[in-house]
Amino acid sequence: MSNSSSSQGHDSSSHRWNHLKKVLERPGPFCHPEFECSPETLNFLMSSCKILVVGAGGLGCELLKNLAMMGFKHIHVIDMDTIDLSNLNRQFLFRQKDIGSSKAEVAAKFINARVPGCNVVPHFCKIQDFDSDFYRQFHIVVCGLDSIIARRWINGMLVSLLSYDDNEELDPSSIIPMIDGGTEGFKGSARVILPGMSACVDCTLDLYPPQVVYPLCTIASTPRLPEHCIEYVKVIQWPKENPFDASIDGDDPTHLNWIFEKASERATQYGILGVTYRLVQGVVKNIIPAVASTNAVVAAACATEVFKMATSCCKPLNNFMIFNDIDGIYTYLYEAEKNENCLACKPSSIPKYLKLTSNEMKLQELIQLLMDSPTFRMKNPGLAVNIEGKNRTLYMSTVPSIEVKTRENLKKKLSELDIHDGTKIMIADATTPNTIEIVLSIPTFMEMSNE
Amino acid sequence: MSSLSPKSPDQSEKSKKYDRQLRLWGDHGQAALEYAHVCLINATGLGSEILKSLVLAGVGAFTIVDGEKISDEDVGVNFFLDPDSIGQPRGEITTQLLLELNPDVRGDAIDESLDKLLTNNPDFFNNFSVIVATRLSEKEIITLSKKLWEADIPLIVCQSIGFIGSGRLQVQEHTVVESHPENQNPDLRLDCPFPSLKEYFDQIDLEAMEFKDHAHTPFVVILYKYLEKWKKLHNSSKGPSNFKEKASLRELIKSGIHRDEQGNPLAEENFEEAIRAVNYAISTSEIPQSIKDILNDGSCINLTGKSKPFWIIAKAIKDFVENEGNGYLPLRGTLPDMTADTAKYVAIQQLYRDQAAKDAEIVFRRVQQLLRQLNQPDDTITENEVRQFCKHASSISVIRGSSIADEYTFRNISQKIVTDLESPHNLMVYYVMLRGLDRFYSEYNTYPGVYNDQVEPDIVKMKACISRLISEWGCSSFSKDDFVHEICRYGGAELHSVSAFLGGAVSHEIIKLITKQYKPINNTFIYDAISAETATFTF
Ligand SMILES: [Zn+2]
Repeated sequence: MSNSSSSQGHDSSSHRWNHLKKVLERPGPFCHPEFECSPETLNFLMSSCKILVVGAGGLGCELLKNLAMMGFKHIHVIDMDTIDLSNLNRQFLFRQKDIGSSKAEVAAKFINARVPGCNVVPHFCKIQDFDSDFYRQFHIVVCGLDSIIARRWINGMLVSLLSYDDNEELDPSSIIPMIDGGTEGFKGSARVILPGMSACVDCTLDLYPPQVVYPLCTIASTPRLPEHCIEYVKVIQWPKENPFDASIDGDDPTHLNWIFEKASERATQYGILGVTYRLVQGVVKNIIPAVASTNAVVAAACATEVFKMATSCCKPLNNFMIFNDIDGIYTYLYEAEKNENCLACKPSSIPKYLKLTSNEMKLQELIQLLMDSPTFRMKNPGLAVNIEGKNRTLYMSTVPSIEVKTRENLKKKLSELDIHDGTKIMIADATTPNTIEIVLSIPTFMEMSNE
Repeated sequence: MSSLSPKSPDQSEKSKKYDRQLRLWGDHGQAALEYAHVCLINATGLGSEILKSLVLAGVGAFTIVDGEKISDEDVGVNFFLDPDSIGQPRGEITTQLLLELNPDVRGDAIDESLDKLLTNNPDFFNNFSVIVATRLSEKEIITLSKKLWEADIPLIVCQSIGFIGSGRLQVQEHTVVESHPENQNPDLRLDCPFPSLKEYFDQIDLEAMEFKDHAHTPFVVILYKYLEKWKKLHNSSKGPSNFKEKASLRELIKSGIHRDEQGNPLAEENFEEAIRAVNYAISTSEIPQSIKDILNDGSCINLTGKSKPFWIIAKAIKDFVENEGNGYLPLRGTLPDMTADTAKYVAIQQLYRDQAAKDAEIVFRRVQQLLRQLNQPDDTITENEVRQFCKHASSISVIRGSSIADEYTFRNISQKIVTDLESPHNLMVYYVMLRGLDRFYSEYNTYPGVYNDQVEPDIVKMKACISRLISEWGCSSFSKDDFVHEICRYGGAELHSVSAFLGGAVSHEIIKLITKQYKPINNTFIYDAISAETATFTF
């Protein structure tokens, strides 16, 4: 990747970059075997290498700074969020006066002003607003996201850009490496994904545990923790009383105050201690604690991997690093393994199967299975089948007009919908930009009785 | 009712800004941070990255000591310098740009080299909370280390060169009450229930219960009941201790699950929880060895008028254990969540809470007694402090550090180094390299390999430096030529992303020192960005 055309006139000749030149222009015993030290490498970083940073939050701000300081000049950043006061303890490119502005835009402007020659292009929008042509232009994609769905979507996008030849061999030039960082409190992780080659986000879904959900019967009838009382107000009392004629807005203090008061009442009634305003906020907004230091560490680890990948100066991380500085400073490296049955990165020419126990199952149950199953973990799957050459939508929740038309299918059994063993269903979901095709495997009555 | 609920202080701008971190170290941790004054020596890329995370977190104040003027290279590695400032004092510009991050923080810069400052104002460092230094020479490290060891002020010496980073913490003694351990076992005392708990357990008859009641009895009750049964069956005064015995207790609990008319077990989540809990909740309530060591420490046993609150409370706890506690620590007083109806859960939780409050009160009285004996004012230690200490008594921690200067005398540190170097992938080799680098710098007043045509000759000189070090340590030989080559090829370069990694990690170590929460490293941290590995060594 490093030996692309050079361009003259960039400031790669200035003393400013002497630090980088030493490691890029001198041979070393621990360099990647394919590393060729030359001024061309820094030229490549500065003139042609294009990086996409997804997220301009805690990790994103750090990533932009790190990449700009490591010689990268063509950086795009996407973030749909605006700046909030609670970001300022770590998202260091933002100031009080920036509250309410686009994270991507403010971050880009700051970096471009501080590091002359650096061109960060902001995109104040959703990742889904761009298609494959946009994502294809980048050499490397780095993610600093707090959402698993968004991570999976980017992962799915990069997988969809892979091309295979007639012998199912992956074309290496179609691979866009994905570097992914994540933090929670004093813990974090950084990983390197070579789509189609190494474990992808969906290969290792079990690494991203789903959010804790309290059982409804606990919050309704046997609350024990202050969290149970808050959940009760959020899930049951609010929809019933609808106090402000609106759904809950976690940033509206009148909403939070109402929940705080009602949850306190409920806690008092049950003799439960510990409902505080801070806890209410945490539960209602599902707040994940965050500090500047962990973001700094994880984003730096990611940026170093981008640098290694772009310059071939060292072998990249293979492929997962865990960080934790609760007790001393602890890191752990390991190789996450590719899942041969991964829904996302298994080549689309190879069919994927989903085993069901019977086609007496209702469509609603199939959808629930796609949401709950640890291999699918889908968000809002929309289903279609192709029967006798015709595409027929079974259910789709995301488009209201279609939802109304297909709603009655939910209660029907699969057999009533003409779905049998071997039926191919097509699934669209928020976790992927691609349509997932799955062949249902349903044991017939004969097979059942033989067993 | 709602009008009585306290209006929360959380509405303030400040607690909104710091919300995400207050959830980790609390308002008291934040208060400690805001009271602290940190000093950075040398505003390198690493130095400013360390300060950055402290300024964002809201440290009270910082001071940068730096006699350098800004060069082109500085701008290439320190984000808190702008290209227009080349030629100006490095510490001042870094201070200005860092202060933009947080208006709550105060900061200033001393435009003087460490060397001059130590001569002109030898007491300069005495009033800081923590000193952190980057790119010091061997001589500066030794002088500063001795001075701060004597003044009892924590010092962290850091280095970032090429793909390698290091941080060395020097602190005489650091005590932690809130270490926030992960996966801590609950303190249930099922093997030695306190009287009110035993009384509660004894009046419950599981066998007489209707199904609904039975299925909503907290697992602590189930565990206690079956533990007692098991002891009787096995004629044992202790509970099960090995795998086999624990398995038999699990079977016994399983046999208590209600069954339907066909004899199939009914779903009783609480029994499942009890079975799962056998592994961790049956363990005896013995005091962990690390805590016994603290209670038997000289500082605990031999209190003086100068003893710190930590040791006075520790002594009071030791006395509690030997008297009212009957050999056990004060009760933690918390109950994990478990399947149960509200009334039963809350009732048991209250028993644990009340007993913990009683224990803490006794400890507090002992603390007051000790304070009087030591002629220290009564209000030196608050009741709340004692309560917190008692709550965390099984996870308190003491770190006794060593002086960095000692590593530079001929004190024998060889054995540790040699043993570590024998294993193939040990980052100890970088400790030796960085020490070699210090030596090189003090002999030649520059880093090896600064100029392209100097790399090869400097490798030879660097090898000689390392050989001398090795023989001073009394080690025999050292053949790590690849590492010498690698360090020399860096030519003193500092890579921003390597510094950013180390900067984040070191700044959190400083926050640990200031807040006295979470356990810091003891005492040397090495980061190798080539492999993404880290290691901690204790000197
Ligand atoms: Zn995969």
